[in-house]
Amino acid sequence: MAKTEIRVGGLGGQGVILNASIIGKAASIYEGKHATLIQAFGPEARGSACSAQVTISTEDIAYPYVKHPDVLVLMSQDAYNQFAPSLKPGGLVLFEEELVTLDGRLPEGARAIGIPATRFAEELGRRLVLNIVMVGFFAGVTGLLSFESVQKAVKDSVPKGTEDLNMRALEKGFEYGREAAATK
Amino acid sequence: MKADPKGVLTGVHFMDGDHAACEGALAAGCRFVAGYPITPSTEIVERFAARIPKVGGVFIQMEDELAASIAIQGGVWGGQKVMSVTSGPGLSLMMEHLGYAAMTETPSVWVDVQRGGPSTGLPTLPAQADMMQIKWGSHGDYEIIALSPNSPQECFDLMIKAFNLSEEYRCPVFLMMDEVVGHMTERVNIPSADQIDVTERKWTKKKPGEYKAFATTPEDLVPEMVKAGDGYRIHVTGLTHDERGYPAMDVPNQAKLIPRLLNKIRNNVHKLVDVRMDGCEDADVIVMSFGITSRVATAAIDAARAKGLKVGHLRLIICWPFPVALIQQLARTAKAFVVPELNMGQMVLEVRKALADVDRKVKVISVPHPGGTVHDPETILEQILEAAR
Amino acid sequence: MSESLDLHLASVETSLDNPVLPFLRQDRIPHIWCPGCGIGTSVNCFCRALSDSGLDLDKVAIVSGIGCTGRTAGYLNLDSFHTTHGRAIPFATGLKLSNPELNVVVYSGDGDLFAIGGNHFFHAARRNMDILVICVNNFTYGMTGGQVAPTTPVGPTQTTMPYGNFENPFNLPFIADACGATYVSRWTIYHVRQLAKAMKEALGKKGFRFIEVMSPCPTLYSRRNRLGDGVDQVKYYKEKSVIKNGVDTKEVGLGYQGEIVVGKFVDRERPTWLESMNAHYSHHFGDAFQPYGVKNGQD
Ligand SMILES: Cc1ncc(C[n+]2csc(CCOP(=O)(O)OP(=O)(O)O)c2C)c(N)n1
Ligand code: SF4
Ligand SMILES: [Mg+2]
Repeated sequence: MAKTEIRVGGLGGQGVILNASIIGKAASIYEGKHATLIQAFGPEARGSACSAQVTISTEDIAYPYVKHPDVLVLMSQDAYNQFAPSLKPGGLVLFEEELVTLDGRLPEGARAIGIPATRFAEELGRRLVLNIVMVGFFAGVTGLLSFESVQKAVKDSVPKGTEDLNMRALEKGFEYGREAAATK
Repeated sequence: MKADPKGVLTGVHFMDGDHAACEGALAAGCRFVAGYPITPSTEIVERFAARIPKVGGVFIQMEDELAASIAIQGGVWGGQKVMSVTSGPGLSLMMEHLGYAAMTETPSVWVDVQRGGPSTGLPTLPAQADMMQIKWGSHGDYEIIALSPNSPQECFDLMIKAFNLSEEYRCPVFLMMDEVVGHMTERVNIPSADQIDVTERKWTKKKPGEYKAFATTPEDLVPEMVKAGDGYRIHVTGLTHDERGYPAMDVPNQAKLIPRLLNKIRNNVHKLVDVRMDGCEDADVIVMSFGITSRVATAAIDAARAKGLKVGHLRLIICWPFPVALIQQLARTAKAFVVPELNMGQMVLEVRKALADVDRKVKVISVPHPGGTVHDPETILEQILEAAR
Repeated sequence: MSESLDLHLASVETSLDNPVLPFLRQDRIPHIWCPGCGIGTSVNCFCRALSDSGLDLDKVAIVSGIGCTGRTAGYLNLDSFHTTHGRAIPFATGLKLSNPELNVVVYSGDGDLFAIGGNHFFHAARRNMDILVICVNNFTYGMTGGQVAPTTPVGPTQTTMPYGNFENPFNLPFIADACGATYVSRWTIYHVRQLAKAMKEALGKKGFRFIEVMSPCPTLYSRRNRLGDGVDQVKYYKEKSVIKNGVDTKEVGLGYQGEIVVGKFVDRERPTWLESMNAHYSHHFGDAFQPYGVKNGQD
């Protein structure tokens, strides 16, 4: 695929922007692709909802917005409710399965794969690394980014001293994603 | 001159336009910023405040934009390269001092991260509706230079160019950003300092006594500069002044000074033209754009070409001065211009003005937008199709 | 106090043996001030202060706003900046911060510094920006023809207070004191010696320093209110002034043609903005921080 459009959605404090930023960084800095990240500012960014749009492409990206994403990465029911209908036909939904319940709003032919990312994060010791588990999951399922690229992008995006924890979170999500992609 | 390595964050970064703009300023040698917070420009000064102690310089958050826009000019006459950064309402407050910078030939960079207006408008959402204000918003006749980036990389690159032009022409130079570009994150390549050319201030070599602060020659309309503290005992005023900088409020001095201030830029429009042209040579329809709209227009143009239309794209990097001659030249072959912009029709006025002198009939289609988001490429496509009809 | 009143009103003298001449841009004389205007007298005092200060005048810069007083910058043979109405202080702030070795003086009117520019005054004093601010207070907007100013006492007529002013005026030393100025004094142009001495003293101090100079505007303020000419106003200054050094600045507000408390009210030490910045960053960054605007080892 020459161009992949991604929408990451969740709640403020879940690390939605960081998640999107790591995906973009891995693609643009460590894989030499083009990536554009747009964060939702403005009225819709207030309160608890939070979302970001990432476009990854092998060519220059002109129009920077994502209208009909190929991939949705969802960490809250609100985000699901808001963005599920916009998914491209045949698109992919990656969701935190304890926080999101699927329903009929998904377009036909959508492929949906869940992950108990919150539980994984808690088992690793910190609920906060939920977003990094989701980054790994994204990379594992889509195969869009190599593990090494994502690893590097995580390393230079997280606070000093938390690298190990975040690496474990990334690996956990990545492994789970690879298996899920193979079986579902 | 090459950039001072202290200010250059060499490397490949994934950063947004606001941050990249700040890095561009630091690379260009900016060491004094006076600002006042306003969305969506604040990140630029926040980053500057965080970076400057390690680079060596000063950031000060002033009490308002009136103060910020004149404090930077004090900073210039003290010897530093400076910028101020604002949006919407802040820009309106800065207008008197924009004129002061033009009148006193104070090299300075003004960053306007455009948001929806008028008044408080849409603080967090984009527009391109300040295009006329920066050119005409201060009273009297003056000229500025304005550059408009469409990506974080260009925020970095064009910021350096803005600083360099402000030194070359001794005039206020705008970096006309918008909320989308400011908050959009992409790869930004920052080269090493030895690959970045910076223009040094036009310091005089004359001695005190020989030097006149605002004297120029017919060949070079830009005066040489000194700073306070160097023993020249200069006088600088916003009043109409003579070559010594002394107030000279009469018709002959006005008739000498004002044309010079305009002509130092107008005479160099051909040198200042900076555009990206794609397929304009044999185009029937030319889409003209600047800033973020240029990226949206590209999507529309691709779609139109896929339908077999001959569509060109003329994107302005330097918006002011406006490239009148180039547009007139393109109008010899093109049948129509389509002008999308995130305002209710500002740049299109300049296009129409330029075409008024062309004897061929050329269609001009405005694609206005009240701001808050970018155009839907479909809307632009429809107008391209309309223009080609 | 033996000088004749005429001498006080000599404005900017132009005779060759005048010791203030080297401090003026002689190619700009004659100046624009009216006969009997007090601004010139204050400028004379300032020149004497410069002369007595022993400062390297290449390192002294003067910044004015707009107004009759605002023209001062243009007459002084220093690096001089005539800025916009009300904005001399923020311009001076930028000048000082970008070239800290300069001794920066702001010289402007009461309307310029306390109406349109009031906010900048408060903040520069709060920050303890290292500049000297001299305000020529003539209780009116001279340049624009005698409108009400934020210093106009209750009572007198101004063009925009045609039936007499009913607004309360500012007490300038009190404002400066409350905002944190390190030096505050008030003199009238009758007190040429004291004024010159205060200016010299203030030039030698650090921090945000403020001197209010009461000065007649015979052309507008005095004439409109039938207060006589410049000489009459100086007589009033002479008769009604009391020197009260160190007095609480709350007590020094001015009423219409009432008592005038003059003297040095505040003289204290506070770290300047740049000193605070340097100290703070040195503490925060340690040796990685190079203090700004400080020549190796000095200061
Ligand atoms: C923005 C702006 N508003 C108004 C004016 C007009 N103006 C010039 S001087 C002045 C008042 C000056 O009063 P003051 O500072 O007391 O100076 P004085 O002439 O009394 O010495 C005004 C209102 C201006 N130049 N700029
Ligand atoms: S108008 Fe008043 S303040 Fe202005 S110069 Fe004349 S006397 Fe002085
Ligand atoms: Mg006054």
